[in-house]
Amino acid sequence: MYTQTEIIKDTTINGSEGELVINVGPQHPATHGVLHLVITLNGETIKKIEPHLGYIHRSIEKMCESLTYRQFIYVTSRMDYLSSHINNEACALCVEKGLQIEVPARAKVIRVLMGELTRIASHELWLGAMAMDLGAFTPFFYTFREREMINEIMEDTCGARLTMNYMVAGGVAMDLHPDFQRKVKLFVTQFKKRVPEFDDLITNNIIFQNRMKGVGVLSGEDAISYGCTGPVARGSGVSSDIRKLYPYDGYDAVAFDEVLETAGDSYARYLVRLREMHQSIRIIEQLIDAIPEGDFQAKTKAVLKLPKGEFYTRVETARGELGVYIVSEGGTTPYRIKFRSPGFSNLSALHHMAKGSKIGDLMATMGTLDLVIPDIDR
Amino acid sequence: MSNEEIKEYVTSIAPSATFDESGEWLNSMVEPGTWKELALRLRNGPLHFDYLFCLTCIDWKTHLTVVYHLSSTTHRHTIVVKAKLDTAKPEIETVSDIWRTAEFHEREVFELFGAVFLHHPDLRRLILTDDFEGFPLRKDFEDPINMIKL
Repeated sequence: MYTQTEIIKDTTINGSEGELVINVGPQHPATHGVLHLVITLNGETIKKIEPHLGYIHRSIEKMCESLTYRQFIYVTSRMDYLSSHINNEACALCVEKGLQIEVPARAKVIRVLMGELTRIASHELWLGAMAMDLGAFTPFFYTFREREMINEIMEDTCGARLTMNYMVAGGVAMDLHPDFQRKVKLFVTQFKKRVPEFDDLITNNIIFQNRMKGVGVLSGEDAISYGCTGPVARGSGVSSDIRKLYPYDGYDAVAFDEVLETAGDSYARYLVRLREMHQSIRIIEQLIDAIPEGDFQAKTKAVLKLPKGEFYTRVETARGELGVYIVSEGGTTPYRIKFRSPGFSNLSALHHMAKGSKIGDLMATMGTLDLVIPDIDR
Repeated sequence: MSNEEIKEYVTSIAPSATFDESGEWLNSMVEPGTWKELALRLRNGPLHFDYLFCLTCIDWKTHLTVVYHLSSTTHRHTIVVKAKLDTAKPEIETVSDIWRTAEFHEREVFELFGAVFLHHPDLRRLILTDDFEGFPLRKDFEDPINMIKL
């Protein structure tokens, strides 16, 4: 995409002596995907970070324009593949909003349970990967041990481990596996027993603290201006949890706290995600024995046609606010669809957060941004 | 703040603005020329719309419409502002100095729709390759190899 000579040419235009341009990515273990950062350094100090995107751009928005309202949901599993349940949920909610479908109570509870399990699985993967970015390999095995249990639960019910495609307009695709409740309860007890291990390994570890505290600071005002959401905004003290602000699928009926930290540094973002997992466990515990009986899917027509108009839904994925904006002309396919992805906005703040810090601290900042590249490129 | 108060405030800055309340949120169609001034006053004025949560564009074949979804983190009210652009010369002032998230979003709209954001600090391609021709999200875009058609 950008050849070597072009980059060198760029520096001679901006350039002054002692400047060095290095490329992080597109193939780099710490970018967790094909993200290309062109970093201008002065010695070891970062002067400028320029993200070059698009290595995994599939133009999902254009693709969705030729898919029906039942089909397009499946493509969205491939955006933020770690929150695929929640992406599907956002699309299903948007179609339901347009058609004014009332979702059965059982389906709503299943959606919340699945959403929270996804959130835990996503945060587990982030925790392991972030620790690995900072040079510790061991936590990765601990977190994947827990995540594997969630993947198995998903496989039982949805038939897939990653791109579940379980949410459909009107409810969920099929009923829960008979073993679902037992396995989830087992997971919850084990998770609670094992979580102190993370505190011993990482939270209270002086090496991790030194590498994360005061690194990549983002003020609350900047977080809002850059459109940061999710744990990135909450680590800067900005209340941004869509589940609390604009509840959907019965999140107003369960008790949980919005986790806020005020420091705005990498350690604050780390703490937010760690404590969010406990809140998710709290939600699961409230609902696992209270799944109402009844239908898991509302009766809908075979061919869905949204009325002419515009529909927007917002949900809280593991990374922040996902917005689905459907413009309908009354047909069976959307006229225009826009996915406002959390990763795209969070990445735009990277230059601001890392500017002036040392290149060695960049991985701590990037690690706690929790970027998923297909979510950014779409 | 109620929709009526927001409408009154918007009309005081952009008198030509029209409103539509049929959807979930208050929609306002403004002239591209008045948008910059309105954006500044919406952000810094008493309504305090400090959070631009979505910026996108729609190709209506006859014209382009830029859509700004704004919300306030203090008052929790929302407004959708739209501006109609001429397809032959789609130009509008940038708001990246007001909401910094707009810098990336405008670059995305620029390369996918061809809308030009005047005085943008760094209006370059973000996702597509440098030699890519055409604006993929426009309705008249045809890709003979990779396009999915049903």
